[in-house]
Amino acid sequence: MATSPATVPQSSEGSLFKRLRAGDPIAHTLTGMAASTILTITALLVYNLWIGSELPRSLFGWGFVTGSSWDPVAEKFGALPFIYGTLMTSLLALLVAVPVGLGAAIFLAELAPRGASDALTFMIELLAAVPSVIYGLLGIFLLVPFLQTVVVPVLVATLGFLPIFQGQFYGVSVFSAGIILAIMIVPFIVSVSREVLLAVPQDQREAALALGSTRWESTWKVVVPYAMSGIFGSVFLALARALGETMAVTMVIGNKPEIAASLLAPGYSIAAVIANEFAETTSRSMHQQVLFELGLVLFALTVIINGAARLLILSMKGGSK
Amino acid sequence: MTLTFRRKAVNAFMLALTGVCTFLVAGVLLVILGYLAWNGASSLSVDFFTKLPVPVGETGGGMAPAILGSAKVLLVAMLIGVPIGFFAGVYLAEFGGGALSGIIRYATDLLNGVPSIVIGIFAYAIVVKPMGHFSTLAGGIALGIMMIPISLRTTEEFLRAVPVNLREGAMALGASRSRTIFTVVIPAAKSGILSGLMLNLARVAGETAPLLFTALGSTFWSPGWMLATATLPQMIYAYAISPYEDWHRQAWAAGFVLLVLVLTVNAVARFAIGRTSARGRS
Repeated sequence: MATSPATVPQSSEGSLFKRLRAGDPIAHTLTGMAASTILTITALLVYNLWIGSELPRSLFGWGFVTGSSWDPVAEKFGALPFIYGTLMTSLLALLVAVPVGLGAAIFLAELAPRGASDALTFMIELLAAVPSVIYGLLGIFLLVPFLQTVVVPVLVATLGFLPIFQGQFYGVSVFSAGIILAIMIVPFIVSVSREVLLAVPQDQREAALALGSTRWESTWKVVVPYAMSGIFGSVFLALARALGETMAVTMVIGNKPEIAASLLAPGYSIAAVIANEFAETTSRSMHQQVLFELGLVLFALTVIINGAARLLILSMKGGSK
Repeated sequence: MTLTFRRKAVNAFMLALTGVCTFLVAGVLLVILGYLAWNGASSLSVDFFTKLPVPVGETGGGMAPAILGSAKVLLVAMLIGVPIGFFAGVYLAEFGGGALSGIIRYATDLLNGVPSIVIGIFAYAIVVKPMGHFSTLAGGIALGIMMIPISLRTTEEFLRAVPVNLREGAMALGASRSRTIFTVVIPAAKSGILSGLMLNLARVAGETAPLLFTALGSTFWSPGWMLATATLPQMIYAYAISPYEDWHRQAWAAGFVLLVLVLTVNAVARFAIGRTSARGRS
């Protein structure tokens, strides 16, 4: 262009420039359309869950969520046993995974040398990539027999007086589902909490140590409280995952729609009942619409929990600035 | 003096405990790998990769249709999830900033948090119900929808990581904005985006729940895209909960194959991402 400006007429150079510029609106529109597709998909998802469950919503109202008998043949649909199973397994998972995960995160962020910490974190993050059906497979053939022969006899012998550890243990149970979920969510807690702990300014630690506190005291009384909202965020993210987890839970929970006081009894979860019964229902039947409504309940639960997690992590980021 | 001793003892005990936690968590991976390798490798054979499943009672057979089925479902998923996520990511990183971007980001987060079983219901409602039957296509669409949010996020993240002076250089040479994006910025972010794609693919490759009532499962070959098909994760599930010893053996073999694939892709992609970001830092 620069070599022979005289040979190129002014007007054509203008149009070349225009043609080059013309790519911009096209690219803008095309990528904008792809982005809008996501909005469409999300809206369609909510819409389909909503209209797919129209019949039971108008028929049962809130009684659906509080009813506790489930008999598709007699068209009796109460979702409470599933909601109970979902919440119970998730809470049990948190109860086990949070202390262990936080402990590991503290070790990796505060104690381990950087190289070892990175290598161990890499391993732990690989755990998060293991497909849930494989956790289920191991749950059936490794975890359940292990619980049955080692863990539960000890629990019953020491804490057997508690109602939650009474009754016959058949292997598949709410307890087993909670433990397998704990194993599945612990990598999330470790990796997010470690990041948050590493983001705590070094002078916080130094100040605590300079005041004469031990390593543990500086960690537990200064660093962890500083990172608390981020840690809570990681716990909520893990909880949202646990609530929606399907395969591993379906394989070890026992699939029995009952609410039992004992954790050792079999139970059922929302995701598990959808997985087990959906393929057998006919289109638009009452049974299928009820499963759509269960999907809606699960969706609402995870949206709420995820939203809470995001708020907590945001407040952490705002605080550290 | 005793107080100091107590504090020191608590310090040593608690710090040791955190170490125990770490090795407990990391140890789980070793147990999983070891147990699967022990049970799976011994059940693997050439038949596993080449033969059809056999009826109950006969031993032998393999999972060839499931392996092919998984590959086909993943291909459809990629064709849907990657372009939408990629271009939307380009939009957010390069053209975004308005109110629309905020809404899209929120929708993406929402979609990412949706349990996979609910995605399955959605794919059933929009594909299986109108078509009237289960299909490879429906399974692929379900997994494709799951790929979109992560695909978008990795694209946006790696595009944003490209230094501003590369863009300025291209624009100073007279390139238009779109030309800069497609010939300078995207190539610079290529390896990161590709690694992200691999991680994304590995993640949905193991998904079972969304396939249960979209691809359904099958014991035969599934020609074309419109028939129900077996997939590797769905076969693991079906065989693991069956009461037959020989099917359990096959489930272990399938689990081993799936895990090796998923973890290898993960390790390679993470290594590649680590290298590119390290290079960017120096």
